[in-house]
Amino acid sequence: MTELLVLAPLLCGLVGLLVPMRNRPVAAALGIAGAAASLIAVVALLARGTTGEQARTWVGFGDLSVTLTSLLDTRALLVALAVAVVALCVQVYSNGYLHGDERYGPYAAQISIFTAAMLTVVCSGDLILLLVGWEVMGACSYLLIAHDRTLPEAPRAAVKAFLVTRVGDVGFLLGIALLGVHAGSFQLTKVLAAVPTMGTGTVTAAALLLLAGVFGKSAQFPLHTWLPDAMAGPTPISALIHAATMVAAGVYVVARLYPVFEAAPTARIVLGASAAITLLLGALAATAADDLKRVLAWSTVSQLGYMMAALSVGAIDAALFHLLAHAAFKALLFLGAGSVIHAVGSNLMSRMGALRRPMPWTFWTMTIGLGSLAGLPPLVGFFSKEAVVGSLHEQPALWTVALVGVALTAWYATRAWLRVFFGRGSEHTAHAHESSWWLRGPLVLLAIPSAGLGVGVLLTTSGLIHLDVAVLLPLVLAVLGVLAAWWGWRRADQGDPARVLGGVGPFLASGLGLDAVQDALVVRPVRALARAVTAIDTAGVDGAVNGLGRATVSAGGEVVAWHRAPLPRALAAVLLGAVVVTVTAVMFG
Amino acid sequence: MSDPLLLIGLLAVPLAGAVLAAALRGRAGLVAATAVSALTLLLAVPLGFDRAPAAAGRGVHPWHQADLPWVPALHLRLQLGVDGISYPLVVLTALLTLLCCGFLLWQRPERAHLLAALLLVIEVGILGTFLALNLVLFFLAFEVVLLPMAAVIAGWGGPARRAAALKFALYTLAGSVLLLVGVVAVVVQTNTADLVSLTAQPTLGRTAQLWIFGLFALAFAVKSPLWPLHTWLPDAHTEAPTVGSVILAGVLLKMGTYGLIRVGLGVTPQGAAHFALVLGALAVTAILVGSLVCLRQTELKRLIAYSSVGHMGFVLLGIAAGAAGSAIGVQAALIGNIAHGVLTGLLFFLAGAIKDRTHTGLLGDLGGLRERQPWLAGILGLAALGSLGLPGLAGFWGEAFAVVAAVRLGGTGWLVLAVLAAIGGALTAAYLLRLLRRVSHGPAAPALAGAAEARVPELVAWAPLVLLALLIGVLPGLVLTASAGAVDALTAGVAP
Repeated sequence: MTELLVLAPLLCGLVGLLVPMRNRPVAAALGIAGAAASLIAVVALLARGTTGEQARTWVGFGDLSVTLTSLLDTRALLVALAVAVVALCVQVYSNGYLHGDERYGPYAAQISIFTAAMLTVVCSGDLILLLVGWEVMGACSYLLIAHDRTLPEAPRAAVKAFLVTRVGDVGFLLGIALLGVHAGSFQLTKVLAAVPTMGTGTVTAAALLLLAGVFGKSAQFPLHTWLPDAMAGPTPISALIHAATMVAAGVYVVARLYPVFEAAPTARIVLGASAAITLLLGALAATAADDLKRVLAWSTVSQLGYMMAALSVGAIDAALFHLLAHAAFKALLFLGAGSVIHAVGSNLMSRMGALRRPMPWTFWTMTIGLGSLAGLPPLVGFFSKEAVVGSLHEQPALWTVALVGVALTAWYATRAWLRVFFGRGSEHTAHAHESSWWLRGPLVLLAIPSAGLGVGVLLTTSGLIHLDVAVLLPLVLAVLGVLAAWWGWRRADQGDPARVLGGVGPFLASGLGLDAVQDALVVRPVRALARAVTAIDTAGVDGAVNGLGRATVSAGGEVVAWHRAPLPRALAAVLLGAVVVTVTAVMFG
Repeated sequence: MSDPLLLIGLLAVPLAGAVLAAALRGRAGLVAATAVSALTLLLAVPLGFDRAPAAAGRGVHPWHQADLPWVPALHLRLQLGVDGISYPLVVLTALLTLLCCGFLLWQRPERAHLLAALLLVIEVGILGTFLALNLVLFFLAFEVVLLPMAAVIAGWGGPARRAAALKFALYTLAGSVLLLVGVVAVVVQTNTADLVSLTAQPTLGRTAQLWIFGLFALAFAVKSPLWPLHTWLPDAHTEAPTVGSVILAGVLLKMGTYGLIRVGLGVTPQGAAHFALVLGALAVTAILVGSLVCLRQTELKRLIAYSSVGHMGFVLLGIAAGAAGSAIGVQAALIGNIAHGVLTGLLFFLAGAIKDRTHTGLLGDLGGLRERQPWLAGILGLAALGSLGLPGLAGFWGEAFAVVAAVRLGGTGWLVLAVLAAIGGALTAAYLLRLLRRVSHGPAAPALAGAAEARVPELVAWAPLVLLALLIGVLPGLVLTASAGAVDALTAGVAP
């Protein structure tokens, strides 16, 4: 059953790549069937309560062997469930959203492979197998972000997404190699069992190296810059990347390998510091962005910061609870945003407004999503954020940052809600109407967990949620954020509440200028280095070779010239030779 | 068929085919060449069917052997054998030659029958190198390849073909001189040229091993090529015709790395161990320099050519780790060799197809391939992703496990090399994505506007490589299970 979980979407994807472009129904059927098969498999696994490890040798390198191991536990199955649900919603939704796109076939196939890769990461019990899923996911995200041919920035954004995560993966590979070599195996259970026997230095180095990869995938500062740009991909892809796959992989891997981080306090400090910066950075950038998708993208960056913050203090279940909650409401929000963008024909909130009446389904489902994002009860975001904030009590700095983030989140969620659905419309919104059921169905489906999952978890009394007086503070801050946005909206005459920020707004919206910093610190030096190395290689190394060749040729020419000596010189040489011979004969004779 | 006949047939059949192709001329010659190369592949594949169980202890334990006297005075015997280290390379050579001959049958350039005959002669040399268990025979086979390859470049190449062919010939000839000195030194000192016994019990003294390995390393470094002895390669690749580039990148470079493993590590293990870290440092330099230079390339074939420098750097890093005693390193090098042969062969086929259509290889003139030629763009994307070491495709294993081998060896030096090599992996991604962005994405370039989509014969020629890239990626055991025993026997310590 575990095999089916991964192989079904993988095979559907591979076959889908070979289906002729024009055969759209088959492509759609393959895409939806792959995700549906995964969903059935994971539900069956959950129902049976299947957990445990299944190992099979894959290949041996010397005395190190790589295994095809699946390692299932409740956490893995729940995350897999989220992946399968979101993937199915995205496949169904894409069929409607990419209605006129002739390259829909490969697109749907790539989503299937993407899903299979994420499920590999979730279920893998071997570090190398995990790395396979991890990287294939990166490659698929690259292909999918570059899908839209009408956007000139799409290929650039795709390359950026792949490269930034790949830079992090340099560390990830080294971290895995270090752990595997010291444990004598790449099998997860053996590696984790061997962690106590490794030296502190080794474990810390491995944990920090792994974090590099995690920061790349989960868009943590300073490797977060790819995520907002990745908005150039089609909106369903944003939903996929931002919700249950890709960015979730980093969080999940830290949770999965937690014993390594437990043994490396330094790595946890780094994780916490980065989480705090990311949390605030994302929230601040989201406060002023005009592009609806960018607001959501920055909010993903910020929410991932919450998850990482929880992980840094060891609250694994709180982090994964927020991950699942976020998967539901963020997928919902992106698909809703897609619906809005589909109707309006623009990403910019300044061209939206008053969509409440023409698009009631989108309005109500997105209201649930935004309310959940803002952390309003009784939606799931309230409970999961509460679980995370509650776990941070012991770390006053992190806790304070998280509280500030709560208010900011409420502000930007409200701002988006007001600007999209209320106020005055524009000429772009005049003919807006609700989309087909391909688009509406997934919205409704995702609205259910976005609204009810929290209450559900509360009823199961898993001990994750404590409703006490401490809940009040985040709640008050969230309400303050909502009110501030509403006040700004009224003050700007139903315009952009971010106007109260004045000149700071555009700076915040640009992601605090960190793209320029990355450009100056990494991109330019690498380019300059490439220029210098090329010059050395061409003029120096190859120049030496060519020079040697030329020198040989000209030396040959010299010798030839000497051989064609004119008479006087030849005579002189003969005489000189005679003298030398005579002298030698006299002296040694 | 008995072993000796099969092994000798593997060399005799393509040789006869070369003569036949040259004699028949025209289409008949091409058909003959293609048929013969297919027969060669059919002879090569069964070599792996009944593998002798790996014998214990250091040495070469061939699955099949042939041993006939040839020139006793020179210690030259027709001593052939195949084991887990050579078998994948033998099959790859036969496969690529078949694909190239088939491709010529479709493409039909001028004097194609001669080109096919030369390819078959090259195949004889390459197969001889991989099969030889006699050091003198190894040297002979190594040399056979040189002039036909130079002729292929000079006869069917691009505008600057003569200079490139001359550079290739002179540069590799210089390497061969060093190899000859090394071979003579070994034979004179040990009074045998039998690689089996030389490997099982190296009788050379430590000092002799040091300088003989130095000679071997230089000779093979030219062929592989290892930085800073690599500059013949970009010119040769860029100017060579498509089939020439495919054979050159696909299997000819592997003669260098194979030589390092079989002869360098086999005959002079102490010398190899002594220079292991130096070799590793040069390999990592090659990775970094190759990738950085690729970032600046503006021509498609030149970029792919330089990428070979980087990729072979990973293979050489594996060999360097192997020289320090790591079986993981040698296995990474072997699978890296095969993966590079498959993927770079495919990349050169694709680059050739694009250049044939547009008559330009300048990245600035290309773009939007995926708009009108989705199949071509799709296969290019797959080859590029495989080449940047994407797990699930062939390129991953060699690169990742060269790094693992370096980490496994431990110590500051090897760890630094591992880190730098891993960074090189990220740079590799950078230039290949740049390539895809320039060629596949964006609006369709005028040069590609009227260009044809991939044609059926082209797809037939590429399909085996695409399949192999996927298969080796998913089932690396195809290459590594065969070689595990042989590698252990090679990296095992010298018996006292």
